[in-house]
Amino acid sequence: MKHRYLRNVATLVLSDERCIGCGRCAEVCPHGVFSMIEKKARIEVKDRCMECGACAKNCPANAITVDSGVGCASAVIMGWLTGSEPSCDCSSGDGCC
Amino acid sequence: MSEDKSCCSTNDISCTDSSCCLVDNCCTDDSCYSDNSCCVPVVSTNLCLKDILGSWKVRLGIGRMNYKINPGLYAIGKPDHSSPVLVSANYKLTFDSLRKELSGLDCWILILDTKGVNVWCAAGKGTFGTDEIVNRISKTGLSEIVSHRKLILPQLGAPGVSAHEVTKQTGFSVVYGPVRANDIKTFIESGFKATKEMRTVKFTILDRLVLTPVELVSAAKSSLMIFGIIFLLNLFVARPFGLKDFIAYTGAVVTGTVITPMLLPLIPGRAFAWKGWLLGLLWTLGFIWCSGWFTSGSLLLAIGYLFVLPAVSAYLAMNFTGSSTYTSFSGVIKEMKIAVPLMVISTVVGVVLLLVNSFLV
Repeated sequence: MKHRYLRNVATLVLSDERCIGCGRCAEVCPHGVFSMIEKKARIEVKDRCMECGACAKNCPANAITVDSGVGCASAVIMGWLTGSEPSCDCSSGDGCC
Repeated sequence: MSEDKSCCSTNDISCTDSSCCLVDNCCTDDSCYSDNSCCVPVVSTNLCLKDILGSWKVRLGIGRMNYKINPGLYAIGKPDHSSPVLVSANYKLTFDSLRKELSGLDCWILILDTKGVNVWCAAGKGTFGTDEIVNRISKTGLSEIVSHRKLILPQLGAPGVSAHEVTKQTGFSVVYGPVRANDIKTFIESGFKATKEMRTVKFTILDRLVLTPVELVSAAKSSLMIFGIIFLLNLFVARPFGLKDFIAYTGAVVTGTVITPMLLPLIPGRAFAWKGWLLGLLWTLGFIWCSGWFTSGSLLLAIGYLFVLPAVSAYLAMNFTGSSTYTSFSGVIKEMKIAVPLMVISTVVGVVLLLVNSFLV
């Protein structure tokens, strides 16, 4: 059974102009968000994006942007409480990541 | 480059002792590698009892942040200068699940210092990252040990690593391997080709179940504080909290930490908090019904619990977003902006009703 999370939230943007068609994004994406069509990357299913940032980090042409972060509620709560950026810091022994 | 390409294998240093598993089985022969990389521990591809018990312990959240091995280079089988180099994290659970899939292979494993955190999480934090790879390659003298210039990284390390940067700085090209360690053999045998299936993260019921003990243990720890407060309250109230209340609460905790993660894709809706709330509501309704609390005398109690317990399950289920493999940061923020205020209000209302009931009845 397929897992589905909230729709229309992902901040993933791909610049068609900059894309050099190397296919790295399709290689690193753990959810098959990208497909390669005629030597260009295309965002196939944006709603599957979990904003891990692998594609952006590995794009040699800087054609991809995404606000990557941890999709982890306890990290966000810790961030709210301590006034810091939510980080996936599990050293407290929380069930995070 | 060493003359004797497979020097380590000239000594009989294979791991024969069943308890050795990870002990240093170093190549001590001076004629080995001329540089400081001589000493490469050869590791077994079999897990021993200690490894298995260790994995159970960390799955329960005991010493989870201190289950690590030394970063550096390790050998599997009898690797030589042309053998593939796999890169991984120094969380021992990660290392064990990798090496047990490598039986019959001859390869190198380059272990990065990820502070004892698994590949994916470490990549998210950046400790499994470009800098650490560059640094570890130079520290281990990898370029002297292998003649090729190719690293196989786990695909889930990609959020922390910039492949083209690694190549620029070290000359090593990066190939992202499969997501799961048990596909590595096929991956290597097929000439470093990963299928779409190998590239996709799954989150099966087993994957989810194995994560739930940590959730349950951490929820149990926080619950101790609540039990303490209730114990004190019981000294003053007219209707003390008892076994039934304990069961009702525990059921809500188990619903949020175990049942919801287990049934995750089957529960209607998308937000984790919603899924947890829904199951929590079912549990609470069921329990109240069975306890006969839907009578006029216990109505306040019943309504109080209907406010509190589903919110507890919802909160715990929401925290499972951090363990899941498919929730995005933006999504979690959106979910929380709605769910957290509702949980707080619901809990406060419920607790007030329960207290009124306990003091006045």
